[in-house]
Amino acid sequence: MELLLVSVLNGLLYGMLLFMLASGLTLIFSIMGVLNFAHASLYMLGAYFAYEISRRVGFWVALVIAPLLCGLLGALIETYGLRKAHRHGHVAELLFTFGLAFIVEKLVLMVWGPTAVPYRVPPELDFTLFSVYGTHVSAYRGFILLISAAMFAAIWLLLTRTRMGFVIQASLSHPDMVASLGHNVPRVFTTVFAGGAALAGLAGVIGGNYLVTEPAMAFSMGPIVFVVVVFGGLGSLAGCFIASLIMGFVQTFAVVLDISPADLLARLGVAVTPATPLAEVLRVPLPRIGPFLPFLLMVFMLLVRPRGLLGTRDT
Amino acid sequence: MSGATIRRRGGARRTWWGSWAWFSALGLAVLLPWIIFDWRHGRHDGFAVALLTQTAIMSVFALSYNMLSGQSGLLSFGHAVFLGLPAYVTIHVMNAIAAGHLWIPEELLPLVGGISGLLFAALFGYPTTRQRATAFAMITFGIGELVTAAATMFQGFFGGEGGVTADRALNTSLLGLSYEPAIEVYYLALAWTVIAVVLMRLLARTPLGRMAEACRDNHERVRFLGYDPHGIRFCQFALSGFFAGIAGALYAMTYEIVTYDAVGATLSGNALFMTFIGGVGVFWGPIVGAVLVVIMQSWVGLVSNAWQIYVGVLFIAMVMYAPGGLAGLIVLHGPVWQEGRIQALLLSYARVALPGLLAVLGFVALVELGSSVMLGEHEKGAVRLFGGALDPASPWLWGGGAALLLIGGSIARRQGRALAARWALIAEGTSAG
Repeated sequence: MELLLVSVLNGLLYGMLLFMLASGLTLIFSIMGVLNFAHASLYMLGAYFAYEISRRVGFWVALVIAPLLCGLLGALIETYGLRKAHRHGHVAELLFTFGLAFIVEKLVLMVWGPTAVPYRVPPELDFTLFSVYGTHVSAYRGFILLISAAMFAAIWLLLTRTRMGFVIQASLSHPDMVASLGHNVPRVFTTVFAGGAALAGLAGVIGGNYLVTEPAMAFSMGPIVFVVVVFGGLGSLAGCFIASLIMGFVQTFAVVLDISPADLLARLGVAVTPATPLAEVLRVPLPRIGPFLPFLLMVFMLLVRPRGLLGTRDT
Repeated sequence: MSGATIRRRGGARRTWWGSWAWFSALGLAVLLPWIIFDWRHGRHDGFAVALLTQTAIMSVFALSYNMLSGQSGLLSFGHAVFLGLPAYVTIHVMNAIAAGHLWIPEELLPLVGGISGLLFAALFGYPTTRQRATAFAMITFGIGELVTAAATMFQGFFGGEGGVTADRALNTSLLGLSYEPAIEVYYLALAWTVIAVVLMRLLARTPLGRMAEACRDNHERVRFLGYDPHGIRFCQFALSGFFAGIAGALYAMTYEIVTYDAVGATLSGNALFMTFIGGVGVFWGPIVGAVLVVIMQSWVGLVSNAWQIYVGVLFIAMVMYAPGGLAGLIVLHGPVWQEGRIQALLLSYARVALPGLLAVLGFVALVELGSSVMLGEHEKGAVRLFGGALDPASPWLWGGGAALLLIGGSIARRQGRALAARWALIAEGTSAG
């Protein structure tokens, strides 16, 4: 019970963090058709910007400024990079973002060095909020949940209550029609890209000190976010939300449940000995398969149902 | 896909200089170890031979990647899997030969890699190639991550952190060679590179190769004509795995160690960089890219910490301004050259190249200054730039670099537009237009 409660909380936290990244990526992917490899790089930059700002000014300023910087960067990338690459088709766009992600990682490596920087939780939030069964839940976790819930509400209101939101929603499912109706689709593109980048930056600000801020964080987070987007389905924020939570729970529970296929077989009365075929595969405990599971789920989903959980069209 | 814009030109027409270029490239590859010879010690230059071997392996790898990206329009982000897994298989086979369980001539080991590559590619490829475009890209990406995760998980086959090692001196050579000196491995790698290149060249001309190109350009029409696009993509994928597997076996034999780097994302990314910098639309494009990337990796890597940034920037520049890659640019000039009108362009080129060079110089200066300042805490030492030791704190250097980049860049940009106009004028009269 104790394990379950703590794991649910952790899974929820990780899932919300994932959703903050994946929501922007889903919008960008659905509307522009670009799978943005550099999305996780903006998440990383958000964390590093926040580290630099909070070191000099303070965490609360960083919370506002760093996402804005990322948003600005996103707008610049879209206007001066993607739009040019777009003339050569979707492949060029995809390659452009891939190259960008590569360069950002190397630049971060150059500027901040290969080891993690000491980006810490602000002291105001560094206390125990409450304890469950002896496990302390820090106030910062509550803060992350609060921020991500607020962001979720903000996106929801923006998309369902504002004119811009309607245009974006329409662009999700019928981009050509929106253009035919005389809306400025390039501006929608820039807005969505900048907004997604800002969200990724925000995730970096609050995730960077919760997890770790290092040059490898983009390449460890990026693939998981891809998985979420594909799993949830194109053009569906709700699918993206569900997929984020599923991935969050899968990742967390895979770490705490220490069982292997061999244990399950043993329960069924089949003993696994070193002589059994595939003994090594069967004896791998679940925590070690943890990083493996999301990709397995994604490949499976793409093969069985290419449009994802709640997707409206094929990837 | 992008195939329509970067289609190969004049592929059917064989020109005398076409085969001449192939033979001189081969001649150069054979003679280079003797040209760069360490006369003082009377032996081959180890660094040069290592570089040449790596170039040969990467050429095969990049060409096999181009069977997907160029010919079939399939963008794979996990191609290293089909170099790495066969490399593991090969190194296990090498150990089995050394232990006396097996007997395979050493010259035929790349075939072992090739066949295992074919099998792995067929296994992963059958479901993967049911998709195309972005879904294909993502599945290959996922498979790449999957295999990398598996490589750290299963000790028996992948050997964990330390990888699997072997000794390439197996005493099973048909030619009586020991393969202990690196130069012998180089010539073996070169021979297999030639075989692979010829086979891939021939494959591109078979009905399968032609249909793969048709699938890339318009898969619905191919289906309408009664072909099975999935089958065509699958065959291309499996055969591409075969050639990547040959590269993998050569990799295992050259380095005598295979770690999970061989299946990792960095190598997959390198395949992309080599192929797209070199050019996807021309058969020999990836070879150019492989040569360039290997040179940047080892030579530029020796003097600069930032060589990867240069590769990345070059890649992005290519993607944005020259989607045909270097080879595409060269081929573009063929018709103009043949009609003897290239002189009319030379002045325009000089006008772009000079400020362009200054801009590149400024960019390199900025990156190197930045890298020296940032690394200053970790690696003490003066900045060596353009032959002299410089003070990285001097604002004049930074200002100068930025000025070079901005001024040179803007002039080059303006002259670039003039060049494009001039090019259009000249190309009008030739078949290049």
